[in-house]
Amino acid sequence: MTELARKRPQFRNINVFTDVRTYRLPAAGIVSILHRVSGALMFVLMPFIIWMFDTSVSSEISFEKFKAAFNIGLGFAPGWFIKLVALALIWAYLHHFIAGVRHLWMDATHAVTKEFGKSSAVVTLVLSVGLTVVLGAKLFGLY
Amino acid sequence: MSVNYGSKRTVVGAHYGLRDWLVQRFTGGLMAVFTLILLAQVLFTQGPIGYEAWAGIFAAQWMKVLTFSVIVALLYHVWVGVRDIWMDYVQAVGLRLTLQFLSIVWLVGCAGWAIQVLWRL
Repeated sequence: MTELARKRPQFRNINVFTDVRTYRLPAAGIVSILHRVSGALMFVLMPFIIWMFDTSVSSEISFEKFKAAFNIGLGFAPGWFIKLVALALIWAYLHHFIAGVRHLWMDATHAVTKEFGKSSAVVTLVLSVGLTVVLGAKLFGLY
Repeated sequence: MSVNYGSKRTVVGAHYGLRDWLVQRFTGGLMAVFTLILLAQVLFTQGPIGYEAWAGIFAAQWMKVLTFSVIVALLYHVWVGVRDIWMDYVQAVGLRLTLQFLSIVWLVGCAGWAIQVLWRL
């Protein structure tokens, strides 16, 4: 009895300092943590998002200021840096959007098998990163 | 004692777990639909998108009303998400409450700014 009790498997939260390097996170787990990371990023950068909304819709003059921020720069920040921040937001939005739709789909259809969890997570990662690359290339004027 | 498991389980507590889960789905769904509507309007605009075309999208009254709803939905959606982050990672009650308070200030301020921009269009 005591022998059995001693051998019971232990379940505990993973520790960020000791387990993260060796922890083999499945694709669905990567999507999950990135969902949180992308959400937090958009939360922190929210004033920048609203600033973009403000300057782009308010007037012709502010619209020019909006364009100049990306082409020339804004204050001490050069244009490429503004573009980089915008690209991070593009990724965050795409990932959060696709991972969110995945959640809605799973809730609506009860498609919660192990296989679907994995395949849909891979699709989420490929789509979000792929679209980020495509839109990033456009943002930096590669085509 | 009566049955207290499965579908007969007595649910105790504040009940906001289920409510927030549902709110998160509805607000997320609304924002997803808004994204597609905005994207469609951008893609179906003829010619290059200058100031007139871009601001014109938000100038329509139905779009203003929809965008307003989306800002409110976003406010609630982000509050649920950010509160979850604080609850998961910050165990010290005083610090957690402080962060939650600052998050509300941050979010309400941002929402106010966004609505101000929208309303003077």
